[in-house]
Amino acid sequence: MKTAIFFWVKKMKYDVTVIGAGPAGLAAAISADKNGAKVLLIEREDKLGGVLKQCIHDGFGLIKYGEKLSGCEYANRSIDELMKRDVSLKLRTFVSKVTKKKDGFNLLLSSSGKLENIETKKIIFATGCRERTPKQVAIHGSRPAGVFTAGLAQYYLNVNGQMPGRKCVILGSGDIGLIMARRLTLEGASVLGVYEAKDSPSGLTRNIYQCLEDFDIPLYLSHTVTRLHGRNRLEGVTISKVDEKMEPINGTEEYVSCDTLIVSVGLIPENELPKTLDVPMSKYTKGAIVNQYYETLVNGIYACGNALHVNDLVDYVSESGEEAGKFAAIRDKSDAETIDVNFTSDFGYVVPQKIVKDSETATFYFRTSRIRENAVVKVYNKDEEIFRKKYLNLKPPEMEKIKVNIEDVSEIRFVMEVSK
Amino acid sequence: MIDKTFTCIVCPNGCKLNATVLEDNKLVVTGNKCIKGIDFANNEIFNPKRMLTTTVKTTFNSMPYLPVRTESEIPKEKVFQVMNVLRTTVIKRQLKVGDIVIENVLDTGINVIATMNTEEKRYG
Ligand SMILES: Cc1cc2nc3c(=O)[nH]c(=O)nc-3n(C[C@H](O)[C@H](O)[C@H](O)COP(=O)(O)OP(=O)(O)OC[C@H]3O[C@@H](n4cnc5c(N)ncnc54)[C@H](O)[C@@H]3O)c2cc1C
Ligand code: SF4
Repeated sequence: MKTAIFFWVKKMKYDVTVIGAGPAGLAAAISADKNGAKVLLIEREDKLGGVLKQCIHDGFGLIKYGEKLSGCEYANRSIDELMKRDVSLKLRTFVSKVTKKKDGFNLLLSSSGKLENIETKKIIFATGCRERTPKQVAIHGSRPAGVFTAGLAQYYLNVNGQMPGRKCVILGSGDIGLIMARRLTLEGASVLGVYEAKDSPSGLTRNIYQCLEDFDIPLYLSHTVTRLHGRNRLEGVTISKVDEKMEPINGTEEYVSCDTLIVSVGLIPENELPKTLDVPMSKYTKGAIVNQYYETLVNGIYACGNALHVNDLVDYVSESGEEAGKFAAIRDKSDAETIDVNFTSDFGYVVPQKIVKDSETATFYFRTSRIRENAVVKVYNKDEEIFRKKYLNLKPPEMEKIKVNIEDVSEIRFVMEVSK
Repeated sequence: MIDKTFTCIVCPNGCKLNATVLEDNKLVVTGNKCIKGIDFANNEIFNPKRMLTTTVKTTFNSMPYLPVRTESEIPKEKVFQVMNVLRTTVIKRQLKVGDIVIENVLDTGINVIATMNTEEKRYG
């Protein structure tokens, strides 16, 4: 019985608990505190900053600060801001279990073997994303050493100072892979080429230009790695051309000798915990379905940053955290009706997927599903056009942001018109 | 005469530029949707510059490598030379974000600065 009393005394209560202390979680915690909430920020690692800790390259913060900062510097600014606020912080702490209660949630935290229960009214998931692994790509052959995801290679090299290898092939043209191509070249490795199964690059144009073209690293579109060679350490890979369905074409195989394969084939939002709470997920973003307040379909649970959808710019990640933190702090349950946001197959996705009919404007983020030139994006309320914007260029790697007046809407539909 | 095609990366439009340098060093650019594309091509051909970001060794166990960058862009052809200087640099004193690691590296007039604090603050 003693222990029961002990637990009852110890149980801390918070208004808003933020899980994950990357840029999204930092912004959410700062903003929730600014808006008067009692805030707890939980991080499983021993440092703040999330994946930015290993992003030593520049290009962060152009929108938020008007400067080109490195990822580390960007994180440092948010961390400095957090330190000025009254946010409770738990590092090296893992959320083991979340249970829904009548008026909020109970969280079971584990920290170096110790368990603790806390109560919170709202939860913000800012758990970031993880990389698709080589296992999720169909490659034949055994699994010799020397095969890394781009993020892992980035961690080894930038944080531990370990070179992943000397003769590298990169599979996938995602941004982290491109950044690593430059990084490895600067450190003296030879990068033989970047192979991309799609017929257009996945990474930003800036990175294709400054990370590949600057160093004469070839980019092969519509190509993939189909076999790994080598017993203990990788000795080479078989490259094949692929058809429009991304299936390897017989007879196009080519052997490339290398000791390292770096796989950069995309990121997926990290959402193991919300799934245990039956938070509905979007099949397009692989993150939670949210409304314009970043609230999921489970009352009191919010999501932001890369846990919500994979962003290409950290500035937008912080922005989403700031909004989620604010609304988690100030919003009460709303009785207003919620409507769907629909979109055609010209879009990869649109976030938020739901709109609560109690605000005048809403900010939407979207991606096109393929490269488009001279496209007009229109938003309809039933048959009435409520927004239009012309784009010279739309590319899947580049997320777009628009603000739409949504007063008195009863249905929202995103349409894209492409002039031939 | 130099003929070069490249992608303008100043804005998301990513215009495909074609730049021709005539005998008298005059530059003719086509494919740009705005004037910034001409400046971009001009710089890329006559004075290309890049930001260099990398890490340098430290004597600290808690952070064996410190992320650094050039304070602003350096001439592109100096990138590998500056890398060679940084490869032999070892940090022995505590530094904060923005502190100078190497002053006026290779006479470029540009400093190399730390982009992380070496000393860990106590959090939580
Ligand atoms: C390997 C990698 C490299 C990247 N490189 C770039 C880049 O070069 N440029 C760029 O613009 N973007 C890059 N990104 C995208 C980058 O993730 C975003 O720009 C941004 O950092 C995302 O911020 P976030 O806060 O949403 O997530 P993160 O920065 O990933 O932060 C999430 C945090 O949540 C913590 N966490 C997760 N689950 C739990 C849990 N159950 N309990 C407690 N804590 C938890 C994690 O430890 C982490 O600290 C990269 C992503 C990855 C995965
Ligand atoms: S030329 Fe102008 S419009 Fe085209 S990419 Fe450059 S800055 Fe953008």
